[in-house]
Amino acid sequence: MNPFTLVRLPTLDAARERVSAEPQRRTFRAGGIDLLDRMKEGLDAPDELIELHAIAGEHGARMRGIAATEDGGWRIGALVTLGQLAGYDDLPPAYGAIKDAAGNAATPSIRNGATVGGNLLQRPRCWYFRHSDLLCLKKGGYECLAVSGDNRFNAILGGGPSFIVHPSSLGSAVVALDAKVTIAGESGLRTIPADQLFAPPTVDPTREHTLAPGEVLVSVDLPPALPGQRSAYHFAKEKQSQDWPLAEASVRCTVEGGVIQDLRVALGHVAPIPWRSKEAEDVLEGAAPSAEVFAKAAQAALSVAEPLEGNAYKVPLAQGVLRYALHFATSTPLPA
Amino acid sequence: MADRSALTRRGLFRGIGSATVVASCTRTHPGTATNTPSTDAALSPGEIGPSPSRLSFELNGKAVQVDVEPRTTLLDALRVDLDTTGTKKVCDRGACSACTVLVDGVQRNSCMMLAHDVEGRTVTTVEGLADDGHLTVLQRKFVEHDALQCGFCTSGMLMSCSALLQRTAGRGSALSKEEVQDAIKGNLCRCGTYPHVIAAVLDASKERA
Repeated sequence: MNPFTLVRLPTLDAARERVSAEPQRRTFRAGGIDLLDRMKEGLDAPDELIELHAIAGEHGARMRGIAATEDGGWRIGALVTLGQLAGYDDLPPAYGAIKDAAGNAATPSIRNGATVGGNLLQRPRCWYFRHSDLLCLKKGGYECLAVSGDNRFNAILGGGPSFIVHPSSLGSAVVALDAKVTIAGESGLRTIPADQLFAPPTVDPTREHTLAPGEVLVSVDLPPALPGQRSAYHFAKEKQSQDWPLAEASVRCTVEGGVIQDLRVALGHVAPIPWRSKEAEDVLEGAAPSAEVFAKAAQAALSVAEPLEGNAYKVPLAQGVLRYALHFATSTPLPA
Repeated sequence: MADRSALTRRGLFRGIGSATVVASCTRTHPGTATNTPSTDAALSPGEIGPSPSRLSFELNGKAVQVDVEPRTTLLDALRVDLDTTGTKKVCDRGACSACTVLVDGVQRNSCMMLAHDVEGRTVTTVEGLADDGHLTVLQRKFVEHDALQCGFCTSGMLMSCSALLQRTAGRGSALSKEEVQDAIKGNLCRCGTYPHVIAAVLDASKERA
């Protein structure tokens, strides 16, 4: 790992200005899990790490806390660890998807350091990107090496020109829960819908998010829960421990008068961004919950899939994961 | 520093290190894990490095000071600079949890932390579990249940399971198998001793209950 200076500045503005001045050689550090991983691999070699954990005062409190907001929603600070979020009992069950996503990411020890903001903004896990000797599209090369390479873990939806899958396990949950994110930039704080945080590779294949250099993710803002809101998160992994999911699904809905309403469906680890499935939502909105309609919705969600040579298995896998999530969200018994 | 009469590879490296153990304090047991969001825990302002800088923290009940570069991981500081080699380096990427330690009672991968992250904090390694040579209940149960083969994952397993026992200490009932499985989900054992580890932890939790 290259030598560097740890810089601890007490205000968000000072930290932001420090990075904005020279973003090529300075970077923010929160939990530092993905950052340290990339630095050990030689993918990144910043001269200065600006520690977000040093931010004090009002901004620091907001970034480190979980709190109910005046409008009836909840705000989760970007520096809250995945372990803290997963174990936060006061968060109403209506938001269960994000707690479950946090509690199933990585390992217990990693979750005690990894932060909510870092999970949303980490770089992709594609092995061509992570290999320091390879120059892929994400690193300024001219092609996505997964297209003709071993692409068993790559995108089946929304791929091209890069075929990474978005690495965040919170991603599908924040999209399904209709969350917003608050970002600190040059002109102060601004709040945008969470799905606008994620950038498809058609916009810029070298980046996965829309933050400008020097901008800081401050919090994830959950809207007030709808009356009777339920949510669920489900995933499939190759093994039970330390592993990135092969497919994930997050669902938010209400069930009123025997029909499903207010539905939002998002899939994770199948596309370069957390993938909202309008196709599934269209099938389910206004339908009575049943195993049959869930299977139909899952089929619709993956009907637009375009698998690569080695990852067609992810299509039925993602369908199954989504069906589970729909059963859990609506408390519909699983088929025998 | 511990005496070691024979010249060993480790002893040689230790000799040229820059670690100092400051006057030993009374031995403290690892604190209760406080892993709830804390809104008033900002790091002190300042700049550290890139050259070696003084770091002070409490290691296994003793105040220690060491000069390390910011890029030194906590794992390397523990093993190379402070000679606490019970903490093992395996993947060095947070994937195996062999390097698990407790920081203020919370289990962490020391390979994915910088040494300077623990300034002013309390670190417990596997060396800090036994009290004056007396093994903890958990350690005794590991021996009784033969919960290790090659032993390389063992210190990490012990730390993850100690953290589990500590955070459920007030409960007064035995742990479930699922709870133990969840606690060691990050700890890889290539020998496959998981069933014996789980049996040892369950037994330790019964003794406590």
